[in-house]
Amino acid sequence: MNAPQQPNLLSIRNVGKHFGGLHVLQDVSFEVPAGSIYGLIGPNGAGKTTVFNLITGLLTPSAGQIDFQGQTLIGLEPHRITHQGIARTFQNIRIFKEMDLLENVMVGMHDHLNYGGFGIFLNSPACRAAEKKARERALELLSWVGLDHKADMLADNLSYGDQRKLEFARALATEPKLLLLDEPVAGMNPSEKTILMEEINNIRNRGYGVFMIEHDMRFVMGLCDRIAVLNFGRIIAEGTPDEVRNNPDVIEAYLGKEDE
Amino acid sequence: MLEQQLLNALTLGSVYALFALGFTLVFGVLAVINLSHGAVFMVGSYAALAMVSHLNAPLWVAMLGAMVVSGTIGLLVDVLVLKPLRARNAPHLIPMIATIGVGIMLTSAAQGLFGAEVLRFPEDVMPAGEFMVGDVHVRALEIAIVAIAFLLMAVLFTILKRTQLGRALRAIAESPKAAYLLGINVEGLFHITSFVAAALGGIAGVLIGLNFNAITPFMGQPMLHKGIAVIILGGMGDIRGALIGGLFLGFAEVISKAYLSSQMGDAVAFGLLFLILLVRPSGLFGRKLERKA
Amino acid sequence: MEWFNDFWSTYSTLVFSVGVHALLALSIWLTLSCGLLSLANAAFMGVGAYVSALLTLHLEWSFGSVLLAGGIAPTLVALIIGAPVLRLSGVYLAMATLAFGEVVRITVLNLEITGGPEGLNGIPLATEGWHIALILAVAVYGLARLRRSKVGRAFEAIKEDEVAARLMGINVDRYKLLAFSLGAFIAGVAGALNAHFTFFISPREYGFENAVDILTMAVLGGTSSLIGPMLGSSILTLLPELLRSLQDFRSLVNGAVLVLVVLFLPKGLWESRRIRAFFKRLKGGQA
Repeated sequence: MNAPQQPNLLSIRNVGKHFGGLHVLQDVSFEVPAGSIYGLIGPNGAGKTTVFNLITGLLTPSAGQIDFQGQTLIGLEPHRITHQGIARTFQNIRIFKEMDLLENVMVGMHDHLNYGGFGIFLNSPACRAAEKKARERALELLSWVGLDHKADMLADNLSYGDQRKLEFARALATEPKLLLLDEPVAGMNPSEKTILMEEINNIRNRGYGVFMIEHDMRFVMGLCDRIAVLNFGRIIAEGTPDEVRNNPDVIEAYLGKEDE
Repeated sequence: MLEQQLLNALTLGSVYALFALGFTLVFGVLAVINLSHGAVFMVGSYAALAMVSHLNAPLWVAMLGAMVVSGTIGLLVDVLVLKPLRARNAPHLIPMIATIGVGIMLTSAAQGLFGAEVLRFPEDVMPAGEFMVGDVHVRALEIAIVAIAFLLMAVLFTILKRTQLGRALRAIAESPKAAYLLGINVEGLFHITSFVAAALGGIAGVLIGLNFNAITPFMGQPMLHKGIAVIILGGMGDIRGALIGGLFLGFAEVISKAYLSSQMGDAVAFGLLFLILLVRPSGLFGRKLERKA
Repeated sequence: MEWFNDFWSTYSTLVFSVGVHALLALSIWLTLSCGLLSLANAAFMGVGAYVSALLTLHLEWSFGSVLLAGGIAPTLVALIIGAPVLRLSGVYLAMATLAFGEVVRITVLNLEITGGPEGLNGIPLATEGWHIALILAVAVYGLARLRRSKVGRAFEAIKEDEVAARLMGINVDRYKLLAFSLGAFIAGVAGALNAHFTFFISPREYGFENAVDILTMAVLGGTSSLIGPMLGSSILTLLPELLRSLQDFRSLVNGAVLVLVVLFLPKGLWESRRIRAFFKRLKGGQA
């Protein structure tokens, strides 16, 4: 597996979250290795998106540790966490509707554009060069998801599937080491799913780590190296797709007791 | 002396509470900050004055008339301005900006119709009579004001807590969509709420107009600011908060004016508002600004 | 040249006003572009006007320094109140800035040094047309450059979806503060320029009505591009002049404009996409 001295990319240990008396997550632990595709599945309401919210700093854990590349993420502001190298897409797509596709992706590059007020005001060569490079990179990322020919379109006018792809490209623009995908293929048709599956494999091969929440079992089992299963806020299984698929607790969680 | 100031505070505070109640009612039910509330307050005052001076109506009739006039304006604002914006699902700030415009138009119209000078209620119309309770000089007018304000507030509270209508309004305040699915006539209740809230603003205008015996087209603006201070203090959308906040502001203002300076009295409302927003934006009882659809 | 001199002596004040109002409209445009509804810009203008006027009257600083000071003073205030105030969202922010504006006005009204309700008189006439033109040009240029840069994109992102913006690595709090303080700076400079050609200022010019005035100019013109605020301010400054009879109804017109624009032209008069589409159709027709 991993050499002992190299920390896992993402390390979640004994994480709990409660809101008042409501326990959403309890004693959640798992490790996401670098260069792998990790999946998080579970019935609706199990707390999967809460895990993402905790990692990205939108919520603070009530207990436990969240480490990224050996550094703790707890207490960091969301934009700092992105700076560390974590990017995310959303279950209910949060693209910037009033911007065109190119601008959407370029927002993702915010952190990497190193010019300041004077450069902007004087339109310095450095500023112009940085913008040009950013524009080219944005087009490249759009081409990865097959949207480069629509670069000047208003994001609001995209189809649902295309909007998901845009969010994906925009997340990549932040140059993340770890990509958190929250239901990346929800609402897509089978051919779109196949294309995205290929694309995620590609980016893993390019060196990115991927951590996804998904409901589509074929997608998850076909793509992920390891999977964790969440039910009622607890991890009930963790392992390779085969191990998880055959785990009786997992089967029961999904099918309930109707099988008796 | 203190007791005298307390009486002033009670008089002023009860009207502030009444005004704020209308304001917070619209926020709670329609989720809109209606910044024309100050203007309908002013309109109520002028309406009562006009009825008393030109129609020779007795004061209590003029008060009812003022409520009807102000209420109608509130209703028109809802139907003509707020309803199209609701249909369009406009974000929160937009209706607020539109009501700023309405308020300005009403003020301008009043100035055009009545001029900018200070007008007064005719002598014979004001409740006369004053007496001493211990060392405190009490005017019959003040008693009338406090009585009317509390009476109206009591009626409102009762309706909200004890009647079907009140339950429906509270359901809408929770979630208009859910209320609609329950068969509640949400649009109709929006209209009724706008009418009632503006009517309360209007009668508040009459009461303040009587208390200070001064009516100008610009009296709505400072009142609006106080209304904002009250509902932020007491919590936006909270009825108890409006009552307590109103009384508290009346008290704070009167004490500041008496023991610090007159100018400080004016600044008190804003200072408080500013402070509360920084420390506890939800106010004493308030809830979050965004509600479920 | 004769007619120009006549024209100028009659209308110079008006032209100056248009310029100053354009700056003010741009200042509120800046905050709106970040999703902030700030009603404090009239107060910032007032701070700039008073500080610059007092420096001229009592310390006899040069005009350039006085303008700079008029811009920096409200910026400092904005930086101080910005951090806590900008944590508030939407309507709460609008009310906090409204309250702040009133606090400033009441303070100025009651201080001896600012002349109380009578204001300050006899401010030397120092502003010339080219000052306003130059500053306006620099402001427009600067804001245009800002829009096309990562800062402009960050503002737009914050305006649309703060959470998503944060997750793009944007330090939302810092950028909101930037928009707020830069807006204050521009409003302050506008105030200083204004004070030095009207030679008389009073607290009444920097209150809620004026904040609404400025907002109306931006809303009327449209906030999707820089042209909007300049168009709106020109119209709302010139209209009462061109239609003399409307002078008394200035407020009424303002109010009506606000309501009508919100209802019927929500994106204002100059909406870049609509205009661009219009021109595209024109060109297409000729093809």
